[in-house]
Amino acid sequence: MTKVTMTINGKSVSGEVEGRTLLSSFLREDLHLTGTHIGCDTSQCGACVVHVDGKPVKSCTMFAAEADGADVATIEGQANEDGSLNVIQAAFQEHHGLQCGFCTPGMVMSAAALLKDNPKPSEAEVREYLEGNICRCTGYHNIVKAIMAASGQDVSAIAAE
Amino acid sequence: MYAFDIERPATVAEAVAALSNEDAQALGGGQTLIPTLKQRLASPEKLVSLTGVAEMKGISSAGGVLTIGGGTTHDDVAADGSYKALSELAVNIGDPAVRSRGTIGGSLANNDPSACYPAAALASGATIVTNTREIAADDYFVGLFETALDEGEIITAVKFPIPEKANYQKFVQPASRFALVGVFVAKTADGVRVAVTGASNEGVHRWTAAEDALSKDFSAGALEGLSVSADDLIADLHGSAEYRAHLVAVMTKRAVAAAS
Amino acid sequence: MPKDGGIGASTVRREDVRFLTGTGQYCDDMNMFGQTAAVFARSTVANGVIKSIDTSAAEAMPGVLAVFTGEDFVEVGGNPAGWLINSRDGEPMKEPKRPVLAHGKVRHVGDAYAAVIAETVEQAKDAVEAIEADIEELPAIVNMKDALAADHYVHDEIGTNQCFDWGWIEDNRAATDAAIKGAHHVTTLELVNNRLVPNAMEPRCSMAQYNRANDEYVLHTTSQNPHLTRLLISAFVLGIPENKLTVIAPDVGGGFGSKIYHYGEEALVLAAAKKIGRPVKWTADRTEAFLTDAHGRDHVTKIELAMDKDGNFLAFRTETMANVGAYLSNFSTATPTFLHGTLMAGNYTVPNIYVNVKAVFTNTAPVDAYRGAGRPEATFSLERVIDKAAREIGMDPIALRRKNFIKPDQYPFASAAGLEYDSGNYDALMDQMEKVADMAGFEARRKASEKKGKLRGFGVNAYIEACGIAPSNLVGVLGSRVGLYDAATVRVNATGNLSVMVGAHSHGQGHETAFPQVVAEMLGIDPQSIDIVHGDTSKIPFGMGTYGSRSLAVCGSAVVRATEKIINKAKKIAAHMLEASDGDIELKDGVFSVAGTDKSVTFGEVALKAYIPHEFPLEDIEPGLEETAFYDPANFTYPSGAYCCEVEVDPETGKVSVESMTAVDDFGNVINPMIVTGQVHGGLGQGIGQALLENTTYDENGQLLSASYMDYVMPRADDLPFYTVDHSQGNACTHNPLGVKGCGEAGAIGSPPTVVNAVIDALQSGGKNVTHIDMPMTPHRVWSAMQNA
Repeated sequence: MTKVTMTINGKSVSGEVEGRTLLSSFLREDLHLTGTHIGCDTSQCGACVVHVDGKPVKSCTMFAAEADGADVATIEGQANEDGSLNVIQAAFQEHHGLQCGFCTPGMVMSAAALLKDNPKPSEAEVREYLEGNICRCTGYHNIVKAIMAASGQDVSAIAAE
Repeated sequence: MYAFDIERPATVAEAVAALSNEDAQALGGGQTLIPTLKQRLASPEKLVSLTGVAEMKGISSAGGVLTIGGGTTHDDVAADGSYKALSELAVNIGDPAVRSRGTIGGSLANNDPSACYPAAALASGATIVTNTREIAADDYFVGLFETALDEGEIITAVKFPIPEKANYQKFVQPASRFALVGVFVAKTADGVRVAVTGASNEGVHRWTAAEDALSKDFSAGALEGLSVSADDLIADLHGSAEYRAHLVAVMTKRAVAAAS
Repeated sequence: MPKDGGIGASTVRREDVRFLTGTGQYCDDMNMFGQTAAVFARSTVANGVIKSIDTSAAEAMPGVLAVFTGEDFVEVGGNPAGWLINSRDGEPMKEPKRPVLAHGKVRHVGDAYAAVIAETVEQAKDAVEAIEADIEELPAIVNMKDALAADHYVHDEIGTNQCFDWGWIEDNRAATDAAIKGAHHVTTLELVNNRLVPNAMEPRCSMAQYNRANDEYVLHTTSQNPHLTRLLISAFVLGIPENKLTVIAPDVGGGFGSKIYHYGEEALVLAAAKKIGRPVKWTADRTEAFLTDAHGRDHVTKIELAMDKDGNFLAFRTETMANVGAYLSNFSTATPTFLHGTLMAGNYTVPNIYVNVKAVFTNTAPVDAYRGAGRPEATFSLERVIDKAAREIGMDPIALRRKNFIKPDQYPFASAAGLEYDSGNYDALMDQMEKVADMAGFEARRKASEKKGKLRGFGVNAYIEACGIAPSNLVGVLGSRVGLYDAATVRVNATGNLSVMVGAHSHGQGHETAFPQVVAEMLGIDPQSIDIVHGDTSKIPFGMGTYGSRSLAVCGSAVVRATEKIINKAKKIAAHMLEASDGDIELKDGVFSVAGTDKSVTFGEVALKAYIPHEFPLEDIEPGLEETAFYDPANFTYPSGAYCCEVEVDPETGKVSVESMTAVDDFGNVINPMIVTGQVHGGLGQGIGQALLENTTYDENGQLLSASYMDYVMPRADDLPFYTVDHSQGNACTHNPLGVKGCGEAGAIGSPPTVVNAVIDALQSGGKNVTHIDMPMTPHRVWSAMQNA
């Protein structure tokens, strides 16, 4: 067992981990931050995306030991300080960008990473960026729309209710 | 996963020392190795994580050669832009989260027959720099998941001579998003090199007939009538050997047309 | 009450807040004190005899608490098929036992033959590797045609690989044959409806607790219908009395059919929890999901369409082989029969229908209902052969469909496939589709594609489906072993807020938002004062769950009926409070008033009075305000639609891109248009996935080649376009109180033939004589078809 210390959603946390402990397991099982989900074994579905030192990573494909000293952000830390939904979360709700909710944490974290680098992405850029986030419910229409809306773009011309 | 320890050396020397244990294995970005470990298809006693080795990270350019640290992520290569075709290739590897972690050294050491970087290294005539030596790309790629690396040898950097013109065209395998066929074309003063990934059971390889034609006339038209044999090409769920052979020609033409 | 929270409002979903903040509670997010882990030993061969299983080494491993094999479940029951199908000769279908753990033989890759319970998952995995199983591999039976001809069997005891040979409607067979024989033109098409893996993003998970003090079990599980799971476990598998077993389906991360069914893992964790006296949890990894979740579709079909010289449809005749896999999953026998054969009249006035379905056992994972379930297969066959016929006789595909559409004045319409359609207007749907899809601009768009070197195609489709499953009397006659009603309890609390317990389970459909809209509209109160309770058998009267686009049409109707009872009782209480007669009480905007006076009490005052019944006429009115209703529908509902899409084909690579997709649906009345549109989007994504990307491939040895996201092509955001969805042309369902028809499966039913028709159009426009390509139309397949044309 190795001791790791990292900052998660602004708070310093420590824990004892095995070499094989994935960052996702550390979050879910040791810290009970279960918003980060596990949907596959091959690093493709993206339900586990968190930010490590500001970059999106698949927390199921990184060892907790490798995150020692890192700054980690998860879905649990995304809301505004008063607990209200942040701009991206609110856009997902407003534009019905989620159904069963399982892929949603990863989608929101990927969207946040995208908008940090590219504040006004085109439809094609959003779709391409979501290559590593699989959703089975929405057909992606409202996810793409929500992310574009969260970036401040006018999405009223995009069909839907 | 089976149990193992993780070591996080800070220097190449420490990493090499840690890897001297024969049951130790190097861990780059882990984007291929970790899924393999999850399936219990590997059982190292120790993983030596290279992500903390600062001297293996970063990109520098001098004398027309781009040197990329072996621990540099795809994301950083994508953002660099000084070798445009290479940055464009990097931006289409995996997905953003994979690109945050995956490294050029890890990709080249693994030498997946459908990976993108091997095509760039081979077509560019890159040099693979390790902790002990420099290996020319032509000597480096030995076969399917096989390279000239010795046990415990670490790719510390890759040197890419920047060509006059180059382009990479990737026809994606739609599930894995690896290359079903990828072709990297590089034109230098010495001629044209064409490297093909995704297609062959032998791994990345050069298409010399196309190189000869393109060295004489660097245009898509120069490839008219040229085709590759389907023998020894990969056939799987996503495409037959004949289809891959066809795609090699199509992607090569497109790469030539798009080269800049 | 603010009108924007009632019926017809695109209210944003209240459940979103927890999902967006990471506070949803999915099964694997929960842990119990003292919890242990279950891991299964699964067959690596498709067909094999279990010679011996030695678990002694595994039992001695660190942390191991128990090891189970099939021997441990010999005395208990099997997981049954819920629908009895009789063959054409009157013989009942073959029903081999589906045990909790394989016993005697393993029958598909992934078939579990043992399970280890240990302190941790990794310890259990270590112990699984230490189980010594001597399994003698036998030749695998994979291909359906080979299976029917084979002299060895998936289940030796039944002596055949044919589950049933079903004819629908057998009495129509001779007339259909005669109509085809004498027809002016017959179009024939052989096609494959490709096998799919549902791939809900949340893998299955089951967690059991056993309380020795009162002999009670609690099972948390990823289910679309916890009551059905409880019923199956109680009545058929383990015999745990229903009143001793609580099944809870918490937040569930998608189902699409795959979580309707009871699976052996659920029974195993229950048995294990009792044996070791501690909670037991099992969570599938994605590979297990691929190997063991019920798959969908997998039909091989020959369909013939007979027409007269004017293009009037005379007959459809279908021969289908339907793969049921290695065991009968719960709805697997209904899916290729009554959810498929009965829809083979489509939207058309065709007089003769005959459908023959042979269900075939193979050494593959069980196949069952997946989004659409039988109806996508019916629509695909019909709408592909109609498109082919139009090309053969040189008629516009839309005109040919319109010529044969059932007309609005023909309802109720008795279809030749045995259903009575209650309402619809297919021409109006087609009109609207032509308008919103800007069909007039297609030629200009085609020219623009040509300039880019791409072939552009236009494809169209009309569909009808039977939803709102289902009238119990009718399905009983047809072989169903369960009723298909649903139930709801409306509980008005003393302080005026409501808990509505519903049998339908919400795992993406937005019930927590939409159902309160219905109740709020009826009572005239704030929908935020109404909460839905679902997914817990200890809290809900009963329910048959969520599938077949039934939640609103059936369970929603039960909610309406229960709310009507609440209103009736509340009026009595109000009448008492207002010293008036109940017949004079009116309810408007949450206020009960005496007609023609200014005397009134609010809904909240009535609720309080119900629980503080001072000066109450107890001989006339009981205290309390809670009502339950069971609703059994009078008929199926019949959503219908007209879809079109435009594709571009890259002739050099064969790659198809969907440039536009338009779905115009008649869902009857719509409660929440935003949610309905989202349901259509999801169906479209899956339908386009089926058409272009997804395929489940077993090799000749029964090994699943597409067993991960590295090879099974899940649609991603960059594979799909924005969609145009329109449900302005609704015709209310005539027989349920809300007039709703169901929208969950439409997109997955309507889109696959639309896409295929468009690709064929594109290729033919490019001078390629390609008349059919099987799904998925991968670049390789499209390119190959072009080479051979």
